[in-house]
Amino acid sequence: MEILGLLFDGVLIALQPLNLVLILVGVTLGLFIGAMPGLGSVNGVAILLPITFLVPPTGAIIFLAAIYYGAMYGGAISSITLGIPGASTAVATTFDGRPLAMQGRASLALVTAAVASFVGGTVANIIFTGFAPLLAGVALSFGPPEIFALMLLAFATFVGLGTDDIPKTIFSICFGLVLGAIGFDQISGAPRLVLFDINGFLQGIGFLVLAIGVYGIGEMLWTIEQTRGEVENTTPKMTAKGMVADTAEATRKGWKGMGIGSLLGFFVGILPAAGATPAALMAYGVAKMTSRRPQNFGRGEVDGIAAPEAANNSASTGSMLPMLTLGIPGSPTTAILLGGMVIWGLTPGPRLFIEETEFVWGLIGSFYVSNVAALLINLAFIPVFIWMLRMPFTILAPVIFVLSVIGGYAATRDMFDIWMILVFGLGAFVLRRLDYPLAPAVLAIVLGPIAEPTLRQSLLLSQGDPTIFFTRPIAGPITVVAIILILLPALKLLRPRKPGRDGAA
Amino acid sequence: MRNGEIGAAGVLALFSLYLMWKSTELPIGFVEGRGPGGGAWPFWLSAIMLLCCGMIALNWWRRTSPPSQSDEPFLDGHGWRMVALVGGSLIGFIALIDVVSMYGAIAVFLVVYLRFLGRHSWALTLVLALAMPIGFFFFFEGAMRITMPSGMSFTDPVFDILYDIIY
Repeated sequence: MEILGLLFDGVLIALQPLNLVLILVGVTLGLFIGAMPGLGSVNGVAILLPITFLVPPTGAIIFLAAIYYGAMYGGAISSITLGIPGASTAVATTFDGRPLAMQGRASLALVTAAVASFVGGTVANIIFTGFAPLLAGVALSFGPPEIFALMLLAFATFVGLGTDDIPKTIFSICFGLVLGAIGFDQISGAPRLVLFDINGFLQGIGFLVLAIGVYGIGEMLWTIEQTRGEVENTTPKMTAKGMVADTAEATRKGWKGMGIGSLLGFFVGILPAAGATPAALMAYGVAKMTSRRPQNFGRGEVDGIAAPEAANNSASTGSMLPMLTLGIPGSPTTAILLGGMVIWGLTPGPRLFIEETEFVWGLIGSFYVSNVAALLINLAFIPVFIWMLRMPFTILAPVIFVLSVIGGYAATRDMFDIWMILVFGLGAFVLRRLDYPLAPAVLAIVLGPIAEPTLRQSLLLSQGDPTIFFTRPIAGPITVVAIILILLPALKLLRPRKPGRDGAA
Repeated sequence: MRNGEIGAAGVLALFSLYLMWKSTELPIGFVEGRGPGGGAWPFWLSAIMLLCCGMIALNWWRRTSPPSQSDEPFLDGHGWRMVALVGGSLIGFIALIDVVSMYGAIAVFLVVYLRFLGRHSWALTLVLALAMPIGFFFFFEGAMRITMPSGMSFTDPVFDILYDIIY
């Protein structure tokens, strides 16, 4: 009961006029920053951090948390309407969001993303409110073997449950992981894989460079070539009645994905070094694994939008937990928030809940208010986003190309990366024509920099003995499930085929 | 398509071999007291990539993958033309960034694409080709404080006027 009283006080703080205005402005700014390819919550929070010194610390963190929330909602918008992930957290939303939009159901896709984000955020808020200190301890028990096992599971879902060619899927995963290894060896600091001795490779290849190349350039070239430039534009209609019907449909078809995304997302979010991107990708994989219609994933399945969107919002709340309770940031954005707290004169850690009650509960209260504000603002803007889809393709295509180039530059400020985007785009077009799945490569380049150091640290701990992944109580079961999933295609090959049902594998 | 499948597998196999060779610049085995060497992770991943290329080639030979069964050309004449035009205009766009600035290159690219590839009217072309770069300028340079490439020095007078507005 004491918690409910503190939460009530926190919500009242968040509803104070100044804080409410900060929430509304923050969520709206975040929504548009998140929707812009190349810019994510981390850019918004970093850029706007200096202006928060004009308001008290509670208002400042509420404003930044509102931007964070808005950006999590916004990332889905460009994934669905343009087919380019607005941020790495929204990659998985592209897999089903874009196909659904191309079927003329963009409003359903956008409403699903908004509702799932709201559910994910709300579930995470409730867990956060009730179990913050307890969960922080559990997250700390995740060492390198457990985190590597989780990464292995994420890759295994693509291999075991994918409908694509298995060797091509595995190639795509390994290719993404190798791309993620370019630059410097994280442990020894030595230059690594500086391809053709071109210095530009020293800084590595960022996730956005590959994602924008694949989705912004490669996918567009493929669409132009396939349709001979005569793209049948979807003409989605948007009415208030239609939006209510879409909300009902999104809830009916996507409840399972929302549930998986909310719970899994929160837990992955609180793990140090994980964050919202792996959370969204894992939620997508698990939703596909547990679905009765796994073959529909990638073709516009509502659960395929609901799971990652619920997960990335849930994880963004979850990643605040180790930041507030332990002083350990769970994502790049929370690392900046942590820096802000230190500048405001606060010391994150266990004593924060006791010494700065108003600050902590004001922030938690603002999560609830921001979540409602983000849902309403997002739904209000859906007609604007739908309007983009009504543009003739000969206008939309160059706009997407321009957004890809300017967004890519904004993220890294390096012309080398822009040329790499073009190279990846042309390469992705060729591979797409030959049925190579490219989503696993994008997943791998995000997870690679987490997977490699955890693997190496684990093997260092065990003196090179790989059984460490099987003998630990949390890592063991996860590794076993991952291996079963990887072996599933081989088991399918051993099973005798029924005559007349020999489909394309 | 069948030729494209085996050709791509061959090129990717060669690239995998190159990555394996490049990975050996760092230790690829277990270093006592330091764990796996810095080259181990990319080396073994590239080895798996090579193995996958072998399996793709096997599937091509057995004609079990859809592209290996297809007699269609990888791209027909129309496809090549379309990809060359769009790809070429993109290369031109990126190459122009260091000459006429990011915003200038956007304007030129939009004029080329909208007017000559999309066959839109001059009025619509010019409105979009001017409004988008100006809108982007105020968003990136004004609101987000992100500086885009400003091209060669002859663009300075235009940027001086725009910077006077935002600063």
